[in-house]
Amino acid sequence: MERKERVEELLESLWIITVEGQKDKSDFSLLKDDEAIKDLINMGYVLVKENQLGLTEAGKMEAQKCIRRHRLAERLMTDVFVEKSKLIHETSCKFEHLLHKDLEKSICTLLGHPKTCPHGKPIPPGSCCRGASKEYLKKIIMSLAELEIKKKGKVAYLQTGNRDVLQKMIAMGVLPKTEILLLQKFPSYVIQMGKSQFAIDKEMASQIYVRQV
Amino acid sequence: MQFEKNHDGPIEHSLEIALETIEGLLHDRYPLSRRAVGLLLLQEDHEIHEMVKESQPTIIDGIEKIISGVKAHYAYPIEYEIALRRRDEVERIINRVVKVVKEEAQGIAEKVSALMMNPIAGFPLLFLILYFGLYKFVGVFGAGTVVGYIEETYDSHLNPLLVKIFSSFIPWRILQDLLVGEYGILTLGLRYAVALILPIVTFFFLVFSVIEDTGYLPRLAMLIDRTFKKIGLSGRAVIPMVLGFGCATMATLVTRTLPTKRERLIATMLLALAVPCSAQLGVILALLGSHPMAMVLWAGIIMMVFLFIGFLTAKVLPGERPSFYIEIPPLRMPHLGNIFTKTYVRVKWYFMEILPLFLLASFLIWLGKLTRLFDFLIFLFTKPVAMIGLPKEAAKAFLFGFFRRDYGAAGLYDLHKNGLLTGDQLLVACVALTLFLPCIAQFLINLRQRGWKTGVGISLFTLVVAFAVAFMVNLALNKLGISL
Repeated sequence: MERKERVEELLESLWIITVEGQKDKSDFSLLKDDEAIKDLINMGYVLVKENQLGLTEAGKMEAQKCIRRHRLAERLMTDVFVEKSKLIHETSCKFEHLLHKDLEKSICTLLGHPKTCPHGKPIPPGSCCRGASKEYLKKIIMSLAELEIKKKGKVAYLQTGNRDVLQKMIAMGVLPKTEILLLQKFPSYVIQMGKSQFAIDKEMASQIYVRQV
Repeated sequence: MQFEKNHDGPIEHSLEIALETIEGLLHDRYPLSRRAVGLLLLQEDHEIHEMVKESQPTIIDGIEKIISGVKAHYAYPIEYEIALRRRDEVERIINRVVKVVKEEAQGIAEKVSALMMNPIAGFPLLFLILYFGLYKFVGVFGAGTVVGYIEETYDSHLNPLLVKIFSSFIPWRILQDLLVGEYGILTLGLRYAVALILPIVTFFFLVFSVIEDTGYLPRLAMLIDRTFKKIGLSGRAVIPMVLGFGCATMATLVTRTLPTKRERLIATMLLALAVPCSAQLGVILALLGSHPMAMVLWAGIIMMVFLFIGFLTAKVLPGERPSFYIEIPPLRMPHLGNIFTKTYVRVKWYFMEILPLFLLASFLIWLGKLTRLFDFLIFLFTKPVAMIGLPKEAAKAFLFGFFRRDYGAAGLYDLHKNGLLTGDQLLVACVALTLFLPCIAQFLINLRQRGWKTGVGISLFTLVVAFAVAFMVNLALNKLGISL
């Protein structure tokens, strides 16, 4: 494990023990010689008192961000990639370190600003969640079947393993970045792209994923 | 168009490089440019692949290798990758030369269009279009007034003349019968095609062209898709089905536009079974006109059989569910010139396809009479006809129903006029006759398009269903003590 990752893991553990476990300090005799602890102390995130470790205020803020990324990653694995439960933790542990700043916000928004991780533990809110009005709380990527009538979406991706269906989509000009206005959902889906209108069935509509605009 | 050569992967897998390599291998005697052929090959177009294989058998393996190399590099099929690049190029050009003016407010056409596609307003609108377009114009005016006039003229002037001429030239009675007898090729076959079918179909095509040119059909397809999915068809099948109300034979010819074999088979079968053609419809409506309750029941029963048999067939027949998409063009005022041209071309095409079949039918009737095969067939029909509670005279109507669908109905009309049928019997007879065998022209087209096994199979099936349903209707009416 890389040093930086190790630092983040430690911060997360300390957060769970001290903040969520509501203890002031944690026994650190086992980790005495860990290089990462030294780093944390040098960065001013951790205090050592009588063989006990505690988070500083700066450390708490940093730890909160790490926990948030970890649990968002877990959500992403379960909700979007539908990962098997055994792999969630492991994959998320690797993945969280890649989630930085904007990416973290996007994923939080994509997931609809979840409040808990798949194991039910709280996800600390980020700036995107606090600013999130009701409008903002909606999923940002959804299939056309989930889009509301009279709303516009930009095609994000086409999810079909059927080449015939894909060719029909190409023929209509439904390709990533195409802007689609949904006009009607029943009895068939009616979509408008530019000046052209098409009717498609529900199956096809649910294979077109759009980002609402 | 050129594709970018820079590419995040092995350079020989870039589209442009692969294309150029393929182009280098092709000779220049194809009807398309080498680049177009190359592009189609990359997109695995079956026809072009076969064409190149035929023309340059030595290079096809090499081309396949290049294509599979490129394919391995992309998650999506290559036509998708090409479409993406083509779209970007189109956008680049459009952005340079097109200025977008602010969109206008919703016009009247958009409002009507929205109404047509609205499930609540759409179906009453469909009913109005069917009622005025098909029933009033094609049925009552075309099949009734105009055909009546033409047939009368034909009967009173042309036929006697033909009979006179041929009787004096041809001494043999048998040959006279074949040409100008009661069921002669000229007096029945030709008369039927020219005096009856031609005007009805012309009127039908006229209405159909108007409906088509306004852009209503895709909207109808969109309304009906969900229902048609349940019977294994997609909204696109609405075109042959609507045509079926004009002439089921022609509609069967049009089923070749459906994308899968499964859809073509289901549509062919339903057309043979439960879609009455305009000729038949005209006589049945006249027959049931005096019994409105029977007419409602008849329509309900036929619709139920249509949906139920379609539903079962879709369950039984293997194959993928059809997927549906259709472009919805803006509504337009039809252009008179276009309508007449279209109607003319279609009537001409139809007439050329159908005429020989009617002449053949006349010939077969003549043969059947001559060999007494008909008497035997009528005898065969008496039993099932009695089982569904009809007088034995109706057997003849059924046999002739095979040669011209309305002829059977017309036979019933005679029985009805002579007071031989009760209201119940009328309903049972109309149900049986509507579902009964397709007419001979449609039967021959079924054989030609679906192979003789399927064609004969469909006919036997409709025969069984027709009598089974009629039997049940008769039973239900008796048990419930309903007399219409």
